[in-house]
Amino acid sequence: MIPERHVNAALLVGLVAVPMWALAADEPYTITLATRAVILALAAVGLNIALGIGGLVSLGHAAFFGIGGYAMGILAFHAQTFTPLDFGAFSVAGTKSMPVIWLAALVLSALAALVIGLLSLRTSGVYFIMITLAFGQMFYYFTISWSTYGGEDGMSIYVRNSFPGLDTLVPVQFFGICLILLCLVLFLNARLVRSRFGLALNAARQVSVRVETVGLDPTRLKLLAFVISGAVTGLAGALFADLNRFVSPAMFSWQFSGEIMVLVILGGVGRIFGPVVGAVVFVTLEHVLGGLTDFWHIYLGVILLLIVLFAQGGIIGLLCGRRVHHD
Amino acid sequence: MTEPVLETRNITRRFGALMASDSISIELWPGEIHAVIGPNGAGKSTLIEQICGGLKPDAGQVRLLGRDVTRQSTAARARAGLGRTFQISALAMEDTVLQNAILGALGASGRPWGIWRPVLKDRGLRARAEEALHRVGLEDLTAKHCADLSHGQRRQLEVAVALTLRPKAFIMDEPMAGLGAEGSKRLTGFLDGLREEAPILLVEHDMDAVFALADRISVLVYGRIIATGTVDEIRANAEVREAYLGEGA
Ligand SMILES: Nc1ncnc2c1ncn2[C@@H]1O[C@H](COP(=O)(O)OP(=O)(O)O)[C@@H](O)[C@H]1O
Ligand SMILES: [Mg+2]
Repeated sequence: MIPERHVNAALLVGLVAVPMWALAADEPYTITLATRAVILALAAVGLNIALGIGGLVSLGHAAFFGIGGYAMGILAFHAQTFTPLDFGAFSVAGTKSMPVIWLAALVLSALAALVIGLLSLRTSGVYFIMITLAFGQMFYYFTISWSTYGGEDGMSIYVRNSFPGLDTLVPVQFFGICLILLCLVLFLNARLVRSRFGLALNAARQVSVRVETVGLDPTRLKLLAFVISGAVTGLAGALFADLNRFVSPAMFSWQFSGEIMVLVILGGVGRIFGPVVGAVVFVTLEHVLGGLTDFWHIYLGVILLLIVLFAQGGIIGLLCGRRVHHD
Repeated sequence: MTEPVLETRNITRRFGALMASDSISIELWPGEIHAVIGPNGAGKSTLIEQICGGLKPDAGQVRLLGRDVTRQSTAARARAGLGRTFQISALAMEDTVLQNAILGALGASGRPWGIWRPVLKDRGLRARAEEALHRVGLEDLTAKHCADLSHGQRRQLEVAVALTLRPKAFIMDEPMAGLGAEGSKRLTGFLDGLREEAPILLVEHDMDAVFALADRISVLVYGRIIATGTVDEIRANAEVREAYLGEGA
């Protein structure tokens, strides 16, 4: 078995080396693929906080991804059309500044996660899955009918948003921004797992009744996990929109919720780098198999089935062993 | 003190046609070990669940330190001073012994929201957890994963987590179960001293332990308390002998 931190380090080296090679070899498409992998990884890292540590099987995380995407889309739309964003009592100007857009994406998706979490954490098991799914679909149908911002056609943003001191139109620079954000979130995630909150949340997933018996409220712990989780996935949504310079209701689709769950399971539920492994493997398969056959999802499905049947710790579990060894 | 630390007043609970708790009134006074005995299915665990908040009684009151806590959550009752151990260990199996004990200390601190500083490096929490582990004799196993503990060690850890809470009353559901003669003797010795810190409501099948420890015994049969008294009184009680101690006494 390989120590987990070696796998993590190799992964990070690979994530830096491949785009560097692509830059030297003048393969900008590879950089775009790597950027896509990094952003999907970030979305899945978000889900993993709720799913892996908190045990919350959310099939509605597309809601946060889409909110992040539309936060970017709406702010950039008003900036490029020079129209204010009107809230009735007051209005704000649009913006093309990435840091401002990220902040908006984080705050709005965290707020949405707070409301959705408050309502869905009253249930558990299959009901929790269904209610989160329903919330995701609610946003999906709402944006389809939201004609101000393109309705079901979505809307294009003509120029990528800006970051002080960088030229975000250069693929490798935008990749760098995304990778640094991912690393930052992974670092925070690692701190969180070892913190007071991490310990309590981890126990709440395993034995809720024990957590209550020591005087803590498992539902409130899970709610905070859900909010942090939603905010991270929302940030990924804003980056994804910037990568494509396009937002559409598809960001809210339940298929996307399923897709990031697949990434987490593929890489290893509850492992900090699990979603990153999952995203890298997913994007690679999508690219390689997708070039060979239109039915590549079937092959992905088979691989996923094998993982779930024979390697419950995902790819990291296969490489590094289980987190706990039972006797 | 004019009021018991813990008290139930006529708590009643039905499961369909089954009367699991039939107007049970029981008191726990400072410094005492109050044992509850009774045959399997008598309703002992159901009584404990109602005291600790996992089950709501159909009627009656649970009072802790003079306050009615019948409507309070399990967590609120724990914060108010209940320290409970489970009949079937409820521990975080993927976590280490130390992490489980620290969870108790964390609960007692009431501040679980920090997301930045490593909890295992928190001196205060760690000291409290290690002290409790030391008292039950698990100090050499702190790094072991719970899943790798023996049954007896898990029972010890259950007690240690309750100790980290420094509760006003201990509620213990069959702590000796499956310990073996040696383990039971050790735990008996330990509980004997513990009553000075906080009184213990002790549900137990091991009669040697009960007779050695109990200041008072209540006998529960078919959801009803048929007798409460000292060890000698219970031993001499004809109804108890017939209903429960029959073959042994
Ligand atoms: N949740 C429940 N639903 C229905 N019946 C229950 C439930 N919990 C316990 N019982 C029944 O109540 C009775 C008392 O159970 P319990 O309190 O576990 O007994 P003891 O701990 O004394 O062995 C048993 O007949 C049991 O089958
Ligand atoms: Mg029982």
